[in-house]
Amino acid sequence: MTETFYDVMRRQGITRRSFLKFCSLTAASLGLGPAFAPKIAHAMETKPRIPVLWLHGLECTCCSESFIRSAHPLAKDVILSMISLDYDDTIMAAAGHQAEAIIDETIEKYDGNYILACEGNPPLNQEGMSCIIAGKPYLDQLHKAANHCKAIISWGSCASWGCVQAARPNPTRATPIHKVPGLAPKPIIKVPGCPPIAEVMTAVITYILTFERFPELDRQGRPKMFYSQRIHDKCYRRPHFDAGQFVESFDDEGARKGYCLYKVGCKGPTTYNACSTVRWNGGLSFPIQSGHPCFGCSEDGFWDKGSFYDRLTDVHGFGIEADADRIGATAATVVGGAAIAHAAVSAVKRARQKGGES
Amino acid sequence: MASKHLEEAVYVYEAPVRLWHWVNAGSIFTLAVTGYLIGSPPPSVGGEASASFVFGWIRYLHFAAAYLLAVGLLLRIYWAFVGNHHARQIFLPPVWRGSFWRELVHEIKWYAMIARQPLKYSGHNPLATLVMHVMFVWGIVFMIFTGFALYGEGTGMGSWQHNLFSSWIIPLFGQSQDVHTWHHLGLWWFACFVIIHVYAAVREDIMSRQSIMSSMFSGWRTFRDGGSSDAVD
Repeated sequence: MTETFYDVMRRQGITRRSFLKFCSLTAASLGLGPAFAPKIAHAMETKPRIPVLWLHGLECTCCSESFIRSAHPLAKDVILSMISLDYDDTIMAAAGHQAEAIIDETIEKYDGNYILACEGNPPLNQEGMSCIIAGKPYLDQLHKAANHCKAIISWGSCASWGCVQAARPNPTRATPIHKVPGLAPKPIIKVPGCPPIAEVMTAVITYILTFERFPELDRQGRPKMFYSQRIHDKCYRRPHFDAGQFVESFDDEGARKGYCLYKVGCKGPTTYNACSTVRWNGGLSFPIQSGHPCFGCSEDGFWDKGSFYDRLTDVHGFGIEADADRIGATAATVVGGAAIAHAAVSAVKRARQKGGES
Repeated sequence: MASKHLEEAVYVYEAPVRLWHWVNAGSIFTLAVTGYLIGSPPPSVGGEASASFVFGWIRYLHFAAAYLLAVGLLLRIYWAFVGNHHARQIFLPPVWRGSFWRELVHEIKWYAMIARQPLKYSGHNPLATLVMHVMFVWGIVFMIFTGFALYGEGTGMGSWQHNLFSSWIIPLFGQSQDVHTWHHLGLWWFACFVIIHVYAAVREDIMSRQSIMSSMFSGWRTFRDGGSSDAVD
């Protein structure tokens, strides 16, 4: 039998005390009651580690970079021991044919029982030639791994929505995992963000291995515990928003006083993520706290919503790009002008008719 | 033109319809102004955040007016069932009738100054019916649905606003920002509607020799010379 999580942790010199601490911290970060800490501990002591294949398509590796910086659940070496990370080309020791052989081995050994973690997405144009892994299109690798997996985790905005490589005009037709045609119909959990928050990533994995199922998902397949509220709903600058105190430009008095960044384009009110509660780098800060508006990296198609510094999104399809106010004001002016012109002509006609009658 | 002065009158707009009209006028005006300010907030205020609630009030007025509008529409739909036949007109334009389209063409000719005389109607003329149906009824339904979808994001998952509206409308449009953009375009849609609506009402009042404006206060439509084509029923 494969080692349990606890075995691996102990082997790596983690004391039982830190192990239990980890369990209670994880229970807390998942929003579970104190009673769940022993359950997590029990699961980790008894359950074999879940094998994970972590595949990389078109991506920038920011998800991996974020993941290895998770502060609680524990340090990075323990996190990497929690799961049996069989394949992750960025951080694995093996390379070349040796590395690729591991995929086949895992598929054979744990057929239908491993988790497929997708970082990045496959390009569909030119038969997937824009992303080649070990001489073959990533698309092939993805199909093969998905056919035999238990469930799929879509890490980050690339796998969840498409992100920058799928931004207009999307020349390679980069496609998020759940939209890949012909992909085996496996349950998919989306963990969007560019990158997702480290603690969110590790918490999702911990939940899956503790309860052997996905956490509760919203309609779009995101775990509700981290993506059910907007940045705006828990933003510590929210009182300035309600008061009507805004940063007008980046170096003004309001910016120094930490006013709301709504007017410089903050996408907090339209972005579902946990940044304003979990924060980044071990809870140190998050974009708004450092004085920059949120630009909505965990939302679908955030690259195509106009400037990062504008609340009004550009509307395409009018020949030129224009925002709602420009389109609307133009339409209202045209309609108003037409009404005035029509009124003038009507008046002339009426006057002429009256003249004819008398 | 005949010089005899005939004032025929028909009772068209029942009290609930008139009340609905003016509640709508008030709430749409409030919604448009506050809605524009939500998109482009007024200049920043100073002092302690706890001392002012400027943006909070703007949003509060927007939401309050929106509830009024939504409840009003529900009552109005109820009245469409129990009221007189004019109460159903803007909800069900008789597009299946050939005469509707023929008279619509005549009405367009009248506005293009080709036809010399307008046909007279106790209720809306076919062009007005169509504009009210498409621009107003569908416009208001669109704004109420997208509006509640955005509102439900604030009340949160599990709230009835979120369950009924946000949960399916937000993904339908893509994401929250897209719903914001469409809802914002809706503001300008209604700005255009108000211009057309007010202009046409004033013009018809003068040119078609029948009461339009005062009818929405009294409920009675009077014809300054001769009756309407459908005034019999």
